[in-house]
Amino acid sequence: MAATPRSEARAGLKLISPTAIYVIVLLALPLATVLVYSMMTGGRGNVSLPLTIANYAELWSKPVYGYILLKSLLVALSVTFITVVLAYPVAYFVSFHVKPDRKSLWLFLITIPFWTSYIIRVSLWFVILGYDGILDKALMSLGIMNTQLNFSSYGIPAIIFVLAHAYAPFAVLPIFVSLEKVDRSLLEAGQDLGESRWVTFLRVTLPLSMPGVIAAALIVFIPTVGDYVTPKLVGDGREPMIANFIETALLKLRNYPQGSAFAVVSMLMVGIVSVVFVLLNRRFIGGSK
Amino acid sequence: MKAPWLRGFTLFYLLFLYSPILLLPIFAFNDSKVVSFPLSGFTTNWFVEMWADKNLRIAAKNSLIIALSVATLSTILGIFAARASVRYRFPGKAPLMGLIMLPLVLPEMIVAMSLLVVLLSIGVPLSLLTVIMGQVLICTPFAVAILTSAFQSLDRSLEEAALDLGETQWSTFRLIILPLVMPGILASFLICFTISFDEFIIANFLGSGRPILSVYIFGQFRFPSKVPSMLALGTVLVCFSIILLGFAEYMRRRGIAKAGGKDAGGFL
Repeated sequence: MAATPRSEARAGLKLISPTAIYVIVLLALPLATVLVYSMMTGGRGNVSLPLTIANYAELWSKPVYGYILLKSLLVALSVTFITVVLAYPVAYFVSFHVKPDRKSLWLFLITIPFWTSYIIRVSLWFVILGYDGILDKALMSLGIMNTQLNFSSYGIPAIIFVLAHAYAPFAVLPIFVSLEKVDRSLLEAGQDLGESRWVTFLRVTLPLSMPGVIAAALIVFIPTVGDYVTPKLVGDGREPMIANFIETALLKLRNYPQGSAFAVVSMLMVGIVSVVFVLLNRRFIGGSK
Repeated sequence: MKAPWLRGFTLFYLLFLYSPILLLPIFAFNDSKVVSFPLSGFTTNWFVEMWADKNLRIAAKNSLIIALSVATLSTILGIFAARASVRYRFPGKAPLMGLIMLPLVLPEMIVAMSLLVVLLSIGVPLSLLTVIMGQVLICTPFAVAILTSAFQSLDRSLEEAALDLGETQWSTFRLIILPLVMPGILASFLICFTISFDEFIIANFLGSGRPILSVYIFGQFRFPSKVPSMLALGTVLVCFSIILLGFAEYMRRRGIAKAGGKDAGGFL
């Protein structure tokens, strides 16, 4: 039964329509609304015409907005860097040094923490690192410290640490998948031709696994830049990030236009960074041919 | 090839990943109101206290209702989208699939807030239903990803054979395709259930203070006296998710084996 392109198109559209309608109504339209709101005027829960770019001008002129965006960006990039650098050797070990039939078990062990309650994991760090917490007590009873370290109050470093732990398992999998694709005969060839193992790694394995590294970076970056819970719990909430700020603008101040403009700019920022990652990936794929 | 330092690093990394989770059972059974070393004896009081907490039970019930609804809806929506994208070519496929998968690359707060702003503007009261509506957006991309690989590993000729032998499109789907992708459907259901059960941002903002487990836990951790019973709850939850995930992984592998495919990685 050879379907004509037209009847195939109709069947496909009919089949996808429930999902498509759902996301158009509940995702595309709300995002469009936010975009429109960001160009309106008003406050305290109402919006009005005319369309204006004043909200964006205000974002540009007041340093606090730029500070929050830049801080979130730097925190997310640091977390991304730390998780990827720590995950690479782990993925390399599982791919190159674990017997094939044991690989899924290792991956399963690495991914389990990610699937256990995120709220509980982050809150536990709060209990561990907070004032008079487990870490403080342990350090003091061992005589290493004689005052409370209270790492949780350190603000940004504590946020980076907790986020790096929360999103660590995310990074291992994509790197592992790209390492699995590396043709092992290339490595043997490199070593047969007299290169050391380390040089072979730098010239063959690392470039070939770059797509996985960049995928990992993207997978960690997006949820961390928009994380809400960690900045709120750790660092006593004194270092708000994008998500906390959107909450303040939209729900506490109820300034829809300003909050929307901030949300749009954050989306743009995340989008630009993601595109840079993807372009980097293109270059690596192109360069390895 | 031996690599002692790589192995050591990996084990250390695993220990780092598991360290807070390992502390859960230790302090959940520790007979002290203060969560700290040294340990002071074994008790199951915290589990008793957790069990007696009425609000906790309401929150757990709400979370179950939400997670079951979200898992069901997302998986159904995922079946439609995955089947359409694997089987048919049609205009607008790339942008539509892109929109469906968009929540994967969008900070969750923005998905939650844009929906919230619209709901507030048109005067929809916030309830468990609005939480379900929002979480389905987040879970559907995962369902689509899992189900796409399930549909891709299907042999097209099985379907053609059934049609040649006089089955209708619908009966072919019901009798041939559905049983073959059933493990994928179950895996998708379990993954969506876990994501929804764990989800905080949408539950918090679109639920407007209704007791939902993740929101409840977040609130309780601020009171030091409540922490031990929350650790007991955490212990129970961790055990549950490990069982669920083990089951999901088992179903996924069985599905791939059934369709004659090859194992190509984990959940993500």
